[in-house]
Amino acid sequence: MSQKVLLNSKEVNIALHRLACQLIENHDDFSDTVLIGIQPRGRFLADRLAQVLSKDYKIKNVQLGHLDITFFRDDFRRGQKPLEANTTIIDFIVEDKNVVFIDDVLYTGRSIRSALTAIQSFGRPKNVELLTLIDRRFSRHLPIQPNYRGRQVDAIDNQRVKVNWVENEGEDAVYLIDK
Amino acid sequence: MSELSVNHLLGIKYLNKQDINLIFETADQFKEVINRPIKKVPSLRDITIANLFFENSTRTKLSFELAEKRLSADVINFSAAQSSVKKGETLIDTVNNILAMKVDLVVMRHPNPGAGVFLSKHVKASIINAGDGAHEHPTQALLDSYSIREKLGTVKGKNVVIVGDILHSRVALSNIYALKLQGANVMVCGPKTLLPKYIKELGVKVETNLKKALEWCDVANMLRVQNERMDISYFPSTREYTQQFGINKALLDSLSKEIIIMHPGPINRGVEITSDVADSKQAIILDQVENGVAVRMAVIYLLASKIKQ
Repeated sequence: MSQKVLLNSKEVNIALHRLACQLIENHDDFSDTVLIGIQPRGRFLADRLAQVLSKDYKIKNVQLGHLDITFFRDDFRRGQKPLEANTTIIDFIVEDKNVVFIDDVLYTGRSIRSALTAIQSFGRPKNVELLTLIDRRFSRHLPIQPNYRGRQVDAIDNQRVKVNWVENEGEDAVYLIDK
Repeated sequence: MSELSVNHLLGIKYLNKQDINLIFETADQFKEVINRPIKKVPSLRDITIANLFFENSTRTKLSFELAEKRLSADVINFSAAQSSVKKGETLIDTVNNILAMKVDLVVMRHPNPGAGVFLSKHVKASIINAGDGAHEHPTQALLDSYSIREKLGTVKGKNVVIVGDILHSRVALSNIYALKLQGANVMVCGPKTLLPKYIKELGVKVETNLKKALEWCDVANMLRVQNERMDISYFPSTREYTQQFGINKALLDSLSKEIIIMHPGPINRGVEITSDVADSKQAIILDQVENGVAVRMAVIYLLASKIKQ
């Protein structure tokens, strides 16, 4: 199993700041915007972005939630592994808000499809955008594209993109791993 | 990894500790789902569930049906009173006929102990036991433990007393198994005539004085006297039963600590529990009902995930 570094800690940090600035450009003071980290891995990126927005760019009251999509997935009973549910925390109103979905890697687009259905249980957002740290090109199963991306990569199906976070794995880095 | 060790939920006896933890962790997520503005998830769109009730039920039947519908399963209902069972059809024939309609999962309540186990050996479908005679009622025990866990943080090490008609109660047996599995201390309390002879062999304490039992416990689970299962008299009168084993506000207030009161329903107000206790802050009877839907969603979801496509 060989692995290649796509982004190191410094590059992850630069990407985070760039994404934060792009969000500010479109969402101003975030009064009508909510950030939703897609469980399980998108929440680390969402937490980190919210932190950058409030600490480095002095955005007050960034509303941040975590959305679990397990029960909305389209592969229930179809995979080898059982699907494991995670926590959903959305303690604000989504109705009529600008929702930004945040996930670490955009691959087939199926998770985002599930998230689009899941978010409707919390109301009707004004619009929904997608932010992703890594966008895997040419691998989409559905017509879904990100509005904000950290880095676009070309990876083939038997490769895996792994995003590590200081909070979880002890380092900020993105790897391309041959399975 | 997160999968149940069983393909059916026939009784708590067949589960292990990891199974219970998995059910509770999944139920936590479903509890959040049923408190959303839209309380439904599409997971079980391609699953059909038959609810077979050969015995009367209000709460359990509604709770199961709601859990199934919240998971988007297709549901068919059957109750023995309006069926061909009256015409002499056997259990296996009845169920196989229903399964011929392409049903994936069966929820069954039956007056005979072991009906679920019997069925699981003869038909091709996942079975959930929703109560079999005086044997087991696993989902009730799971939701009871889940409610204790929610209220006290953990079940392990807690003192739980089950009060009342232990002899005829499937809730009692399932609760004893579930609580012991999670490391709780269990006591049963009731008139000697309503305590099974070998109950101590399940590793529970036995007490016939209610006041002493309540002083000992953190949680009291009050059971109903099941008159419909009694062919002889087990105690002199209801009035005397209430005096000895009924819980009232004065008794509750006389205890040295605040305990939690549970009841699986249906309540006979004024018999095993007075209204002021049933409606007090210490009673978590309605929390149990709410948790019942979440726990049943978890059980159905986890069993359905093991059904091959």
